[in-house]
Amino acid sequence: MTTATASAGQPTTGTAGGRDASGTPRRNLGSRIVTRLGSGVVQVVLVLIAIFWLVPTIGLLVSSLRSAADNADSGWWKVFTAPSQLTIGNYQRLLDDPTLVRSFWNTVLITVPATLLVVIVSALAAYAFAWLDFPGRDWLFIVVVALLVVPIQVALIPVAQLYGDIGLFGTIAGVVLFHVAFGLPFGIFLLRNFFVGIPRDLLEAARMDGAGEWRIFLRVILPLGLPAIASLGIFQFLWVWNDLLVALVFAGGSAKPLTVTLQEQTRAFSSNIDVLAAGAFLSLIVPLIVFFSFQRYFVQGVLAGSVK
Amino acid sequence: MSEMATGGGAAAVAPSTETPSSTRPDTTGPGAPPAQDRRWFTSWTALTFLLPALILLLVIVVYPLLYTVWRSLYNSLGDSFIGLSNYKTMFTSDATLTAIKNNAIWVLIAPVVVTAIGLVFAVLLERVRWSTAFKLVVFMPMAISMLAAGIIFRLVYDADPGRGLLNAAVVGVHDVVKPSSHYPNARPRDPRLLAAAPGGGYQTTRTFGSGDTALIGLLAVQPQDIPSGAQKAAEPTPGQGISGTVWFDFTRGGGGTPNQIDPSEQGLPDIRVEAVQNGSVAATATTDDQGRFTLSGLSDGQYQLRLPASNFGAPFRGADWLGPTLATWSIISAYVWMWAGFAMVLIAAGLAAISREALEAARVDGATEWQVFRRVTVPLLSPVLLVVLVTLVINVLKIFDLVFVLAPPSSQDDATVLALEMWRASFGGANDQGLGSALAIFLFILVLPAMIFNIRRFRRDQG
Repeated sequence: MTTATASAGQPTTGTAGGRDASGTPRRNLGSRIVTRLGSGVVQVVLVLIAIFWLVPTIGLLVSSLRSAADNADSGWWKVFTAPSQLTIGNYQRLLDDPTLVRSFWNTVLITVPATLLVVIVSALAAYAFAWLDFPGRDWLFIVVVALLVVPIQVALIPVAQLYGDIGLFGTIAGVVLFHVAFGLPFGIFLLRNFFVGIPRDLLEAARMDGAGEWRIFLRVILPLGLPAIASLGIFQFLWVWNDLLVALVFAGGSAKPLTVTLQEQTRAFSSNIDVLAAGAFLSLIVPLIVFFSFQRYFVQGVLAGSVK
Repeated sequence: MSEMATGGGAAAVAPSTETPSSTRPDTTGPGAPPAQDRRWFTSWTALTFLLPALILLLVIVVYPLLYTVWRSLYNSLGDSFIGLSNYKTMFTSDATLTAIKNNAIWVLIAPVVVTAIGLVFAVLLERVRWSTAFKLVVFMPMAISMLAAGIIFRLVYDADPGRGLLNAAVVGVHDVVKPSSHYPNARPRDPRLLAAAPGGGYQTTRTFGSGDTALIGLLAVQPQDIPSGAQKAAEPTPGQGISGTVWFDFTRGGGGTPNQIDPSEQGLPDIRVEAVQNGSVAATATTDDQGRFTLSGLSDGQYQLRLPASNFGAPFRGADWLGPTLATWSIISAYVWMWAGFAMVLIAAGLAAISREALEAARVDGATEWQVFRRVTVPLLSPVLLVVLVTLVINVLKIFDLVFVLAPPSSQDDATVLALEMWRASFGGANDQGLGSALAIFLFILVLPAMIFNIRRFRRDQG
């Protein structure tokens, strides 16, 4: 693995800016005018695309702020001529609905432990793969790479039976464990590749000082590995928060997360549009906050985790 | 430290960019332990570090995978061995064949479209200064759930142009490009003058010749169907050919005289009028804003006047995007909306790593921007494009949530995919976990090439 220039891929760094200007000093005036005009067209096109990309989400937000009757009667864009339609009534009803509030908490109770556990278990294993010697290490890591793409479908039926036998079926713990297990290949892969890049001198120095492997792990690897651990944490958080299929199979009754509760309402889509729009917005606002707060780490996770 | 965070990512994106290995720690092993007992010690330590991961992976990933292979050879109850029967069912039953066909469409279309759009965005972004903002906007859908995206696009795709954004836009554009007026429930004021025509619409019971005028009054016109440009009806002006007026023969508040144009009555614009002789159309005209028309260029003789059915048909309402025929394509479009940002960000990272000299050299040699893109940029990017494509293919093969949420129950049978059929067979009511297991294993076999691609790429990067 290399440490090449992936930082340029972060949206925050925006290195692309002035390249045209600095890179082409010898162009004649005519071609410069053409370039300028072309650049103007490109700007306009990109603005239009950006609006196009935003409109569906804005539609959801506006729909969630209109009453069911208004939504049944006309499209959300009518709100621009009739701003009085805006109401937070849907959100109030959502917060008064014990099932939805409960499933929102279930989402939190599933996502937080599943994220922490993946980070901890992956970090331990990644350290072993990166810096400890044991027989079959390279071979075992190839297995981890292979497991990266295994579809969760291959495990649903047996794990459902297993959970049924040991009383985990329908529980939050069962959903969490499944997410952790299927998050591990990616977590180990990501962290191991990062840990391997930590300078050997730092580890050797700690060993010279008589530190054991656990101490090295806690005092050297974890602090230095924080950027990669953050990437993994964000990625896993979003993956679990947004999951529908795993929860659909394993979370029953009072353990259902928000995605499952909302999905059940989509069968009668138009009559539930008020609840659905507000609920969907509630379910996407948390990942969006996480995304905008930590987008650098998120993008790093995506860059490192492609081919999952 | 921060550029190291993406160490794996850089390799995933651009495996060819190598740094000199001398600056790197030796990845093939830690510092050689001095003695044999030290080696045993680290092996045991390694095991304790690995144990939680190994247990979870064995119990929840590896063992279930093997069990599912075995289970796929048993019947729905799991009590009798039926060999490859489930696989035979999979390739013969209508539901699974539809799923396989749809998955093929998904795999052939979605990754290529997403990658192409991501490539175009990434290249265009090199020319603007606000690329960060654009990236955030397009990348944002990746952070939200497919459930939320499904609900978002259920709103966009709503078939009613009054509520669904896409149909509202399509109908709006259609009506500008091809304006037409329709009076769906309109009927004649005087059934003795105007009778139902064969093939729909209405035609006059009497005939008209050149110089005649015709007054054609209609009833039951909905106010919202009358175009905003319509004016008060005017008397026809006799002249060459047959002239006449089509109007809404109804005075609001009562008091009008039937079959006469009263002062407050509306003309009906854009109505097609045909002159018919012996069953064939000799001339056509369209009414103006006051409802008047003139059929000219007729030879002598008597003609019936016909208002064809097209005047009375329902207006254009857009398409049923989530109906059985279009659902798969509409859902793929929603997927493109979600994932274009992913392709864009990876490709932009790859672009940033391309040597500027190569591009400048081509430009100095007089290559046009298109030639630079086609001959230099794309070939240099091909490793990144391959990684993006493979990632998307794997992702698309497993697609479930978006189809499950976006396709309404009435079109799920037509839009279904393998992962959805697997769920329906195993948990969604069909209760056939033998078939469900076979579908899961089929999915697994489909991702095997990607697994091999990953392993080879990993080994090459290590070597």
